[in-house]
Amino acid sequence: MDVTETPLAAPLNVGFDYTRSTGPVLGRFVNGLRERRIEGIRGSDGRVHVPPVEYDPVTAEQLGEFVPVGEEGTVVSWSWCPEPLDGQPLSRPFAWALVKLDGADTALLHAVDAGSPENIHSGQRVRVRWAEDTVGHIRDIAYFLPVDAADTAPTEAAPPVAEREEGAPVSVVITPVHLKYMHSASPEESRYLRGLAEGKLIGQRCPACEKVYIPPRGACPTDGVPTTEEVELPDTGIVTTFCIVNVPFLGQRLKPPYVAAYILLDGADIAFLHLVLGCDAQDVKMGMRVRASWKPRDEWWTSLENISHFEPTGEPDAAYESFAHHL
Amino acid sequence: MPDVAIAGFAKAPNVRETPGTTNGVEMLVPIFAEVFEKTGLSKQDIGFWCSGSSDYLAGRAFSFIAAVDAIGAFPPIHESHVEMDAAWALYEAWLKIRMGEVETALVYGFGKSSAGQLRRVLALQLDPYVVTPLWPDSVSIAGIQARLGLEAGLWSEKDLAEVAARGTGKDVGELLDAPYLADPLRRHDIAPVTDGAAVVILSTVERARDIVDHPAVISGIEHRVDSPVLGARDLTRSPSTEAAAKALDLDGADLAELHAPFTHQELILRAALGLGDGVEVNPSGGALAANPMFSAGLARIGEAAARIHRGESRKAVAHATSGPALQQNLVTVLEAR
Ligand SMILES: [Zn+2]
Repeated sequence: MDVTETPLAAPLNVGFDYTRSTGPVLGRFVNGLRERRIEGIRGSDGRVHVPPVEYDPVTAEQLGEFVPVGEEGTVVSWSWCPEPLDGQPLSRPFAWALVKLDGADTALLHAVDAGSPENIHSGQRVRVRWAEDTVGHIRDIAYFLPVDAADTAPTEAAPPVAEREEGAPVSVVITPVHLKYMHSASPEESRYLRGLAEGKLIGQRCPACEKVYIPPRGACPTDGVPTTEEVELPDTGIVTTFCIVNVPFLGQRLKPPYVAAYILLDGADIAFLHLVLGCDAQDVKMGMRVRASWKPRDEWWTSLENISHFEPTGEPDAAYESFAHHL
Repeated sequence: MPDVAIAGFAKAPNVRETPGTTNGVEMLVPIFAEVFEKTGLSKQDIGFWCSGSSDYLAGRAFSFIAAVDAIGAFPPIHESHVEMDAAWALYEAWLKIRMGEVETALVYGFGKSSAGQLRRVLALQLDPYVVTPLWPDSVSIAGIQARLGLEAGLWSEKDLAEVAARGTGKDVGELLDAPYLADPLRRHDIAPVTDGAAVVILSTVERARDIVDHPAVISGIEHRVDSPVLGARDLTRSPSTEAAAKALDLDGADLAELHAPFTHQELILRAALGLGDGVEVNPSGGALAANPMFSAGLARIGEAAARIHRGESRKAVAHATSGPALQQNLVTVLEAR
């Protein structure tokens, strides 16, 4: 194996709307925000918690006495954020701060638009800058401003809201999550993917048990050692097991019914999932001999998608005993 | 109930960025081999396997499953996982041995922190209703915690620089001349982003005596949690660490490995654990030298145990943390017996 080649890597962007039901305490809090009101909750020691907590942090007692608090408050502590990250309340430098609102005994973590670190200090008086559109979400508080600061800058767009009847209370909050990664393939997988770009099926043999894996493994699941010796495999093999897909689903590329099958290439010790087309779905059998149908060469890249599907060769089926231990 | 000891420890090189996969296999295979060589054990000798890692760090669901390949998990093994620092996986393994279910256990943690944007990924540990939607980053939250102590006079910027200087050998004055990275924190106050992995082998004390000359006997292990509401607790203290320490016997400890990803957090932990001047703190360099996510806490336990194995400590305290601003803390006491 050529170990000097750097593994293949590509950006991996993950995104989803994190959707949660609110319950009675946080539900009341976010519905208040929608009406530009802030409510805390009284703890069993009499302290008013903002944001409200469902259970007392000290006694674990369930809480339910809501207390309105002010839109102005005092900075308890802060840190400066010189280069805001994606998703933070402001895209210009700002301060993160714990803000104790008037009438509250605990502090809320939020952003203060102070311009520069010289313009913020603990003890400073700040006030809420509401979002243009309030929807029932913590981001209805766009950020805080020093009490005497001008209030001119537009705020960011409101977060998405769950569908609900006009005028009905908010019972769900949605937080869009977007994370960016650089995803790396292992050295073994990289050899395999680079092979595919040249129309080759490259497996690797475990040095301990001599099993041939395709795609090759960072470690043999039996021996815990990386596979090393390269083995070029033919594009023929058998169907070990399969299913007929009859159900439509989001993103489906083929019209049902069609066959998704485990294909065991000749000389390999592990099957991989692919499509079997080119015959009636009802005619696919365990042990059926198949061959790869490659896409045109100018469409090849570092992907198993270069093989559009497998199709029957017409040879006699393999005997069940010959592949039973691969099921 | 059988007493439990640490019989082996190994860790991957701590680097800023590995070229490997987020499933950790490339980092784990060599350190499994190393810990088996050191202990003379093989995978057939391990009764229970437990790991710590995070899907959010890897950017994929069930990312720890692929790491199981590094074990050589066929025929099937007895395995578990925690979505936390592997110090908590060690706790689970300790329980398995205490309950008499197994005699040995192998615990590992891994993480490729460099794959994503770590301080942003860690926002997913926060309250999902009113905090995560703001995406506060881990460095900013620590900055708020540090300032509370600075302004209350509990520590000074010089105290923080002294913590950093001890590990790096750098000059305190020079460190203080550096600009703020995120006022009030300077670069030296913040643990580096590190890719890494660590592995610890636990066994009954009886079994450990066959494996190492000086087993590191776990004489106590406690973990506690503080409120996740950052504005509702006194961030200049660590009540959960104090509670853990109170339940343990720390008298006579000569070494402490503390998992403090920020300089001021080491000061909070020293106070919470009541460590005197006679206790050597973080000879390994601690998390400020290398902070491989999900193994840095386990590595503190492993580093402390390794000192006992070498006869360099008689009694050591090892601490691991998880969550923002020292929210959750696990304290282990190790003794040469
Ligand atoms: Zn093998």
